[in-house]
Formats: sequence, structure tokens, C-alpha cells
Amino acid sequence: MDRFIEIKNLVKLYFGHGFFDRNRLAVRAVDNVSLGIHRNTVFGLVGESGCGKSTLARAILYLDPPTSGEVWFDGTLLGGLSVNEIRTFRKRMQIVFQDPNSALNPKMRIEESLAEGLINRGVTAKARTARIEKLLDLVGIAPALRGRYPHEFSGGQKQRIVVARALTMEPDFLALDEPVSNLDVSIQAQIINLLLDLKQELSLTYLFISHDLNLVAYVSDQIGVMYNGKLVELASADEMMANPCHPYTMKLFSSVPGKQAIDGPTANGNIGAVREKLPSRPSDCCLYADQCSIADRGCRHAQPDLHEIRKEHYVACFKI
Amino acid sequence: MKKRNTLLVISIGYIVILGVAAVAAPSIAPYNPVFQNLDERFSPSSKAHFLGTDNFGRDILSRVIYGSRSALLVGIVAVSIAVLIGSVVGLLAGMAGRFIDNFLMLLMDSLLSFPTILLAITVVSFLGYGLLQVMLAIGVIFSPVFARLVRAETLAIKTESYVEASRALGTPMIKTVYKHIIPNLLGKVIVQCSITFALTVVIEASLSYLGLGTQPPDPSWGLMLKDARNYLVLAPWMAIYPGTVLALTVLSFNVLGDALSEKLNPKL
Repeated sequence: MDRFIEIKNLVKLYFGHGFFDRNRLAVRAVDNVSLGIHRNTVFGLVGESGCGKSTLARAILYLDPPTSGEVWFDGTLLGGLSVNEIRTFRKRMQIVFQDPNSALNPKMRIEESLAEGLINRGVTAKARTARIEKLLDLVGIAPALRGRYPHEFSGGQKQRIVVARALTMEPDFLALDEPVSNLDVSIQAQIINLLLDLKQELSLTYLFISHDLNLVAYVSDQIGVMYNGKLVELASADEMMANPCHPYTMKLFSSVPGKQAIDGPTANGNIGAVREKLPSRPSDCCLYADQCSIADRGCRHAQPDLHEIRKEHYVACFKI
Repeated sequence: MKKRNTLLVISIGYIVILGVAAVAAPSIAPYNPVFQNLDERFSPSSKAHFLGTDNFGRDILSRVIYGSRSALLVGIVAVSIAVLIGSVVGLLAGMAGRFIDNFLMLLMDSLLSFPTILLAITVVSFLGYGLLQVMLAIGVIFSPVFARLVRAETLAIKTESYVEASRALGTPMIKTVYKHIIPNLLGKVIVQCSITFALTVVIEASLSYLGLGTQPPDPSWGLMLKDARNYLVLAPWMAIYPGTVLALTVLSFNVLGDALSEKLNPKL
């Protein structure tokens, strides 16, 4: 199968600020992540808040270029492009943000927001109007409302408009950064269905980021689990749901309400407490060792790499 | 809420009257503001002189009316200068890298660290006396206030998703600044303008009081207070009227600023 997007050993580091801290590593936000996304599929990325999911998405789009590593997009190496080339190239990849309330400029009518990308592409005013009306219709917003301001819409409607704005660029790839986390549950389903319909209709490829495992399992073809900037498990959605292997994945599963705890009751009981670890700790230790129920001394002296345990099922753990 | 609105209406009404008085001073003022009638020195309120006369027999009402000209002119020009310098510096600091940011903010902070009046006196003594110099000095002095505000707002707006989305849509940075960042910080800047305006009026009066601003015999509220200083017991009206007008002006612009702040930044 051709890999539409291929990420190789992607690393994103953040450094300290100021004269003395300039070279001090502050955060290993994304640590040596490699993955591939097939054309017209959904890659689901799960992990707790702050584990580097969004950073990874922004690095793939070169909105926040990676420190090292390669991003191949449909055969093009993004790192090899100049800033201007990236800007032109980026119309093929768009991003939908978590919070629809901050994703639209409050001082702009929604038609102006939607026109921004079209103007940048040099579309004439007449063609713009037609395109905007068609896209609004496509995402389920009455085109007659195009002269309104963002605050006149509900959260779900705003997210539809944000999706429409991304589609003005006619992208092949959408990074969906927790697109429904800020919405009511009833609205979530609508937006998810809209996104899946659009994917079929426009043959899009998605990177779907979420912390909701059930949701990711529902929409994705492939799932990657991230912990502290590292990809700890990677498998097809069916395989992941049937055979989660990494202790952290199991913990994620056990923290979904209504699911049976898999690795027994934990001392903390919720995933929020998992975050006590500093992300910048020494790299000669499995990052999950302190929370892990099956870790032993060996886990504290080396970092596990992803290895294949079954066909197309990768886990980064010494004990599996 | 009702009470607030009344206060706001009164304030706006006062500012409008002040503006009209300044523009139409020659046709409104009953006397020439510099005309000295030594026979009528220190006369209290009367039919002929509604607010009395001063130590040279000049009509105080006429002088207060003409004085509003220099107060408002200084306010408008000085605030414009401050907004212009401050916005450019603030946007640059907010958008450019850390090095430029630090440098510009150091510059602005060192301006802020001087006591306002002292700095004004220093600048005026370099540039020379007079209204134009005062306007320039006050404009420069208040520019850090705007630079700080614009920079802070720019940094905040920069993190909003729509700015990043605009980058993803391929919008050049300059265009992002005037389409996304400037419209969203304008509200705060306008509010600050109103409050700064009130301050410039006070500074102008202070500088004139110290003899560095408007030069006699031209009328200015600060100068009138200076003249009144020696006759506070003999002719208190010489100080009371210009003082009251000055205080009301400052108060009105502050009330207006508060109201604008609520109107333009409803989240607060």
C-alpha cells in the first residue's frame, strides 16, 4: 500500500529561554516518532493531554517545524522546501483545531474568514462567493448566514465553519486536533459523521487526534498510542481494540468508563494522575516505568523501541 | 446600571460642550481672553463677567473657553503620537523574535521608569518651550503605555487558533497582522486612548503651571492656576473655575474610558 504521509524519526524539542537557559533542554515534546498514513484512511492518535499529540500534528504541517526527522507528504520531503514553498504546499494539508471559539476571528464575518484562503490562492471574487456558498452547504450551514459573525453561531456550527474553511484550500489531508472535545456529546456525533462523510466524498486523509479511545476506535483505520512524546503502540484499529498490549494502552482502556479494568485497580485510579512525570527526564529509562505495573529493573536502564509483536502491530515495551 | 448610564451621558455631554467651546471659542467667548481691563481687576462673578476677572482684569470665562483649545489640542496630538509610536513598537516587539522584543521593551521600560513630569520637563528643556514641544514630549512619554499594551495583546492574540489557521491558509505575516491582530486589539487601544487623554490634559496643565508649556499671555488652564496661586485668599474664583473645568475634563474622559472598555471588550 502506498503511504501517503510518512513520518520518520520525528523529534521536536523545546529549549529554555534567556541567556543562561538557551541550550538547556526544556521539553522533549515529540521523541523519535515514526508512522505512516495511507491514502484515504484515518490515523487515530490517542494519548493524554500534554503528551505531544498536537505538537506532532503541527510539526507534520510544518506550522512548528520539527527539530529533526523527516516528513514525506505524497512523495515530497517537506524539510527540503523553502519557507515560501511550504506556504504554497500547505494548501494540501489543513488543520482543524480543538476550540472552535478561538479558531474564528471574532471581528470577521464568516464569509471573510472563509475567503481568506481563497484570496491567498488568487480566486476571483465571484468564484469565491460561489465556492463559499457551496462549502457552507456541504458542511450543513445555511449559505444565507454567511454574513454573520462567529458569536452568532453555536459551538458545533462554528466547528462546521472551521471545517469549511479548511476545505476552501481543497486539501488532501486534514489534521483534526481534538475536533470534538469542546462540543456537547450530541453535537460530537454530528461533527464526526460530517467528517466521515466528507472523507468519502472528497477522498481525504485524516490524522485524528483525541484522548477519547472509543471515539478514535470508531473513526480510525489505524491507531497510534502516544505517551510522553513517544509512540508506545501502533496497530490497526481492530487489532488495537482486540489486543491492546502496552501497559499504558491497557490503562487507557481501563480508564474508559464502563470498561473493565485490565491491569487491575491502580493506585491513582485516573489517567490525570499519570502526568506527574516531568517530560524532560533522562532518556535512559522507559518513560512509563514509574507507573507501570509490570516494569522491573531492566526497564529503568534502557528505552524500549517499537518492535513488531504481530503482523502490523508494534509495541514499545521490554516485557511484551 | 441606570446610574452609570446617567454619569456616562453627562460625561459625553461635557466632552461635546468642551469640544464645541474649543472649536467655536472666538464666537462664544464674551471677551478677548488676553484683553486686560485694569479697572476691573479681581471682580467676582457679575453680569458683565460671569466667572469674574483675574489679577489683570481679564475675563475668566473667556480664558477658560480659550484654554480648552490648548488642552484638547495637546490631548489629541499627544495621544496620536503616543498611539503611533506605541503601536509600531508594540507590534514589532510582539511579532518579531525575542531579541528585538527584549531590546524594544528595555527602551520602553527605561522611558517608563522616569517620573512623568520630570521626564516631560527634561524633554521640553531640550526642545524648548511652547505648545508644540509639549505635545511632542507628552506623546513620547506616553508611547510606552501603548507599546506595552499592544505588545501584550499581540502576544495573546498570536496564540489564538485563528492566527495559526491563517498561517495554515498561506496568509503572509504582514497581512495576518492587519487582518487578524490589529482589529482584535483596537478595542483595548481605544480605551487606553481615552484614559491617556485625561492624563495628557493634566500634564499639559502641569507643564504650563511650571511655565514650560503655553506661554503667557495665551490662555491655558495650567497658566490660570499659576496666576491664581498668589491670590487664593483675595480672589479664590481665579483658581476654582479653571480647576473645576480641568478636574471635570479628566473625570469625563475616565468615565468615557470605562464605558468604552465595557462596550468594546465585553468579556471583561
